Amino acid sequence: MNFIKVFFLVSFSICCTSNAEQLEVYDFDGIEHYLKQNDDKVYVVNFWATWCAPCVKELPYFEQIQQDFKENVEVVLISLDFPSQYESKLIPFLEKKQLTSKVIVLDDTDMNSWIPKIDSEWDGAIPVTLIYNKDQRQFYPQSFTYDALSSEVRKFIN
Amino acid sequence: MNKLKLLLFTMLLATAISAQNGYDIGALATDFNLENIDGSFVSLSDFNESKGFIVVFTCNTCPYAVAYEDRIEALNKKYAKKGYPVIAIMPNNTEIKPGDSLDAMRKRANKKGFTFPYLIDSEQAVFPQYGATKTPHVYVLQKNNETHIVRYIGAIDDNYKDANKVVLKYVEDAVDALLMNREVPVSKTLAIGCSIKI
Repeated sequence: MNFIKVFFLVSFSICCTSNAEQLEVYDFDGIEHYLKQNDDKVYVVNFWATWCAPCVKELPYFEQIQQDFKENVEVVLISLDFPSQYESKLIPFLEKKQLTSKVIVLDDTDMNSWIPKIDSEWDGAIPVTLIYNKDQRQFYPQSFTYDALSSEVRKFIN
Repeated sequence: MNKLKLLLFTMLLATAISAQNGYDIGALATDFNLENIDGSFVSLSDFNESKGFIVVFTCNTCPYAVAYEDRIEALNKKYAKKGYPVIAIMPNNTEIKPGDSLDAMRKRANKKGFTFPYLIDSEQAVFPQYGATKTPHVYVLQKNNETHIVRYIGAIDDNYKDANKVVLKYVEDAVDALLMNREVPVSKTLAIGCSIKI
């Protein structure tokens, strides 16, 4: 896992861009702890990709949630972009959008193994979002408006 | 009377739920009559000689679907002659995804040299019956007299990124098992895909 991360850091820094150190690439084991934090915060975990139009459309709402609920909420945006497009699509996208939420990248081809571990209801289509705190957890196989997302997040805060 | 009402209600509910979720393993798949890129209309019942089908909901615009194009063509090359042809169905709303229009499908198929029918679900009525939610999404059907039994639902294999690193060829394993009258080893799998645009 660390090896993958280091590999990308090294290969990008040798090759062409100084911004690539932003990219944190993990396999499923590497992201699993983001799905089961046990502190007092509410975690909003969104699976997305630059190639997924409905995902890109709702990203600003997740950013807004991160701003509006700074004290209680941590938004984690897990990109499923293809490794071949990290440089051409994902990094330029992240630079342009200047996202303030945590962005990590999941690169694990054995999808049939890890998809059910995230939620038994997930069929693999994105966008999907997981909202949880240490007491409760809900999986949303859907797109969000800001109002719908904010209302769901509030349920976990109160 | 009340019991009857309850029963009817339960049946309605069950129908509604199954309609929403689409097919599970063992379900009987509905035939369809959809326009192909060559202008003809294609149904499962057109294939008198086949033993079954590899139905793939796919499209031009989803990167996962594109990553699997060559492997879908290879499936047809390998299995059409054995009685399991590929039937590809494009389920997206083309107003949202103009890159998936019939014309764009035709161009892509010509460029890639697809040898299988590439149909458009223009009414978007077929994919909900099957319960397809994303592209690519595969249903392996086995013919039994006039019916088509769903035997496999899911991904093509376990590595979208690199065909050379595939360990489990889910669809091939399913069809091979059916050809030998054996049980399909893994009948349902999951993979990331692009949601079908409605």
